Amino acid sequence: MATEQITKIDDIVVRFAGDSGDGMQLSGTLFSDASALTGNDIATFPDYPAEIRAPHNTIAGVSGYQVHVGNHIYSSGDKCDILVAMNPASLKSNLKWAKKGATIIVDIDTFTDEALEKAGYTENDHPFTDEMERAYTIIKAPVTSFTQRIGNEQGADKKTADRCRNMFALGIIFYATHKKLDQTYAYLERKFAKKPEVVKLNKAVLTEGYEYADKLEVMHSHIFEIAQADSMPKGRYRNITGNVATAWGLLAASEKSGRRLFLGSYPITPATDVMVELAKHKSLGARVFQAEDEIAGVCSAIGASYAGALACTSTSGPGLSLKSEALGLAVMVELPLVVVDVQRGGPSTGLPTKTEQSDLNQALYGRNGEAPLVVMAASSSANCFYWAYNAAKVALEHMTPVILLTDGYLGNGSQLFRIPKMADMPDIKPRLATPNDPNYRPFRRDPVTFAREWALPGMEGLRHRVGGLEKCPDGPLSTDPENHALMVHNRQEKVNRVANYIPDQEVTGDPDAELLVVGWGGTSGALTLAVEEMNKEGKKVAYTHFNYICPLPKNTGDILKKYKKIVVCELNNGQFAGYLRTQFPECPMTQYNKIMGLPFEVGELKAEFERLLAK
Amino acid sequence: MAEKHFVPKADREYTKADFTSDQMVKWCPGCGDHAILAALLNTFPKTNHKKENICMVSGIGCSSRIPYYVDTYGFHSIHGRACAIATGVKLANPALSVWVSMGDGDSMAIGGNHLIHAVRRNQDFNITIFNNEIYGLTKGQYSPTTKFGQVTKTSPYGTIDYPFNPGELVMGAQGTFYARALDCLPQLTTDIMTRAAKHDGTSVVEVLQNCMIFNDKTHAAITDRAVRDDRTIILEDGKPMIFGKEKNKGLRFNGRCLEAVTIGENGITMDDIMIHHEDTEDTGIHMMLARMSGDLPVAIGVIRNVKKTSYTQLYEDQMEEQMANGKYKCVDDLLNSGDTWEI
Repeated sequence: MATEQITKIDDIVVRFAGDSGDGMQLSGTLFSDASALTGNDIATFPDYPAEIRAPHNTIAGVSGYQVHVGNHIYSSGDKCDILVAMNPASLKSNLKWAKKGATIIVDIDTFTDEALEKAGYTENDHPFTDEMERAYTIIKAPVTSFTQRIGNEQGADKKTADRCRNMFALGIIFYATHKKLDQTYAYLERKFAKKPEVVKLNKAVLTEGYEYADKLEVMHSHIFEIAQADSMPKGRYRNITGNVATAWGLLAASEKSGRRLFLGSYPITPATDVMVELAKHKSLGARVFQAEDEIAGVCSAIGASYAGALACTSTSGPGLSLKSEALGLAVMVELPLVVVDVQRGGPSTGLPTKTEQSDLNQALYGRNGEAPLVVMAASSSANCFYWAYNAAKVALEHMTPVILLTDGYLGNGSQLFRIPKMADMPDIKPRLATPNDPNYRPFRRDPVTFAREWALPGMEGLRHRVGGLEKCPDGPLSTDPENHALMVHNRQEKVNRVANYIPDQEVTGDPDAELLVVGWGGTSGALTLAVEEMNKEGKKVAYTHFNYICPLPKNTGDILKKYKKIVVCELNNGQFAGYLRTQFPECPMTQYNKIMGLPFEVGELKAEFERLLAK
Repeated sequence: MAEKHFVPKADREYTKADFTSDQMVKWCPGCGDHAILAALLNTFPKTNHKKENICMVSGIGCSSRIPYYVDTYGFHSIHGRACAIATGVKLANPALSVWVSMGDGDSMAIGGNHLIHAVRRNQDFNITIFNNEIYGLTKGQYSPTTKFGQVTKTSPYGTIDYPFNPGELVMGAQGTFYARALDCLPQLTTDIMTRAAKHDGTSVVEVLQNCMIFNDKTHAAITDRAVRDDRTIILEDGKPMIFGKEKNKGLRFNGRCLEAVTIGENGITMDDIMIHHEDTEDTGIHMMLARMSGDLPVAIGVIRNVKKTSYTQLYEDQMEEQMANGKYKCVDDLLNSGDTWEI
């Protein structure tokens, strides 16, 4: 081995890009898992097309997976330090995500005239100009030919060998990040336990990639040792995606509350994995029902809630639209219900695989009549666990539907998750009625929370009817004008009073800040980092991030009134800003919006905040 | 696996009065819904199900008001969604005896998707379709079962929609229990509903019901006393398909289709008359029976009743198996599963 020059760095961003089907999501996952297991903090961001296998070698078919690894990681990173491009199309479409001076690893075997043309390169615009070579360190690795040679040696057919190309690239990345291969060997042995020949081939290709890098002079000055996650709280950790964390949060709430978990859902990108995950856990009592449509998903959940389950439905924007009428019913019958909306780019089918925060208005207002419900939002992949748990707790204790907003970025992205102990999770006390209570009335309310009691079919002496028609507090139908006004008021008041049970909103950053940055939901990673960096530079910026959206924390107004300048940052055209303005019209707010199906970048946020400070 | 019964048995005998609610019944006087309600109230004591475990679920429409008139747990939901809500009720608690009531528009127009999928799954609950071939609560628009060409408020020149035959729809969706009843034969309706309750799987009972106000006498061509015996046939399992005032008419299969014949005429004897078998797995004959109209008598009674493991049983079997043998016993197990490490 030649003399290596190892550079110690705080963090690194690696982006894997290739054709859909090239195994980029797997390479990214294996790299992030191995990093996490060797003590780094991580955040990942899969960036994939809606098509399963778009035409080979086209831009439409490029699938990406970005991994941010380091000491304390908030987001999946703006731009990458290392870009892996498995074909010309992936280089063409992903170069914009590479930092100046980044290392770019390409499978040079794929850069044929035909593939270059398909990717949109021309004679005047070819990938390896002098300018390119000066701006980046480009490693032209013969990935396909090396992989096929190993395949030949092991008697594998071309197709099987080609499927392992991603392992070659991964081997190079492991070398460049000074990591060992054992972890990934073990994974391959587990994953393909029944196919020893596949294990052997993948391991050989992975090793070959690693050794190829070792023999490459230029790589010796491009080895990075990434800082360990030593600033994180002590504890037992695992890697988790937002959608899995959401599913587990619901399971945890079910166990804690003693209520059966029911999920009625219909497959929809990017929310499907919540259902896929829960479907695995019948042993923990999860009752999952794949419904015939979105409406049946939510209606089955409402039925399950009537029958006493912790009932949930998971969906994304268009699905939430379909569930609107039933959500009005859930508001009217005042049953606990958790609706998980993993937001994606809209309207309509929009950008199914891209992230956005544009369902907020729909969550807040998308029903006929006065139909208030609780809206909350998770802000990291890992804290989806706690917010799902919390959504269930509020639903069960306050007898109300709760919409939990996550998004494609949180749902598909992954992060380190400090594993909690169930014993430490807060209690959940459903408001169950007492059988044979002579004073039971369907809409009798707790004087403090205004929540009604939950009488379950099967309980003796509590037979009653619920439904979408207006009722009086004793239960029967009523079209009385005063009664309607009262019931509308009570349903609103019940939701408002949830604010008495949520913690005060916190502000971080410079205490004498001129500018308050406001965010909500899935953008907290980039916003936190932007504000932290600016504070380090001595800039007077503070930051507050909302998870409780409706109702808002009670001190929200006090916070907003303190600052001369407020900027509300969100991945939509200003829905939260509009919501805050209606509640706090006396607080002037500007807004910073991005509506490109992409998460915020720290760089663009800082530039905007600088501009506002200078104004 | 062994068949299970999930609904607990009643600890005492009930009567109709036990299920009659204190709410004023607000249907029009003379509406066929009153007879269906009475049949249902007479059915519940016969099911021997614990009263608290009976749950009515309905959609929207005149018929869907029924939960208010029955003293059980009840859910008057939204238009078309009764089957979907009932699915969740039964999945969350299989110990409940779940009864869905819907009209023809509710079940086959706005709720058509939920109906066919509920029937396909064969979850263990009971569906009653009140078929008056009209939208009553919205005052007289044509429904998916309105007769072709009929003038209604939204078809002033006659409908050009070909109507659904509910029986065909149910059997096309692989239904395991389908029966047809008449609101003017309450005892038969009660008997049919009692049998529906005993069926393990989704049962569908279509009741031909009269709407006095917006579609009066729509079923009169078969239900009028003067013609009823000749225009309908009450099917009984294992018995020859005989009908008519004189009980001298019967059905036979002529190799191409069903035909009505008279015993004693043209050399026809009882041996030529088909025997009704509810449990024939193939839907062919049952479909033909459900479709009969015009020259053939309209089939009443249990047309199809076949055994097929219910979704409820399959679901509970999987739950039981996984809860007994699954990898994780509690959420702590799950949280600490797979690759974890200390920092």
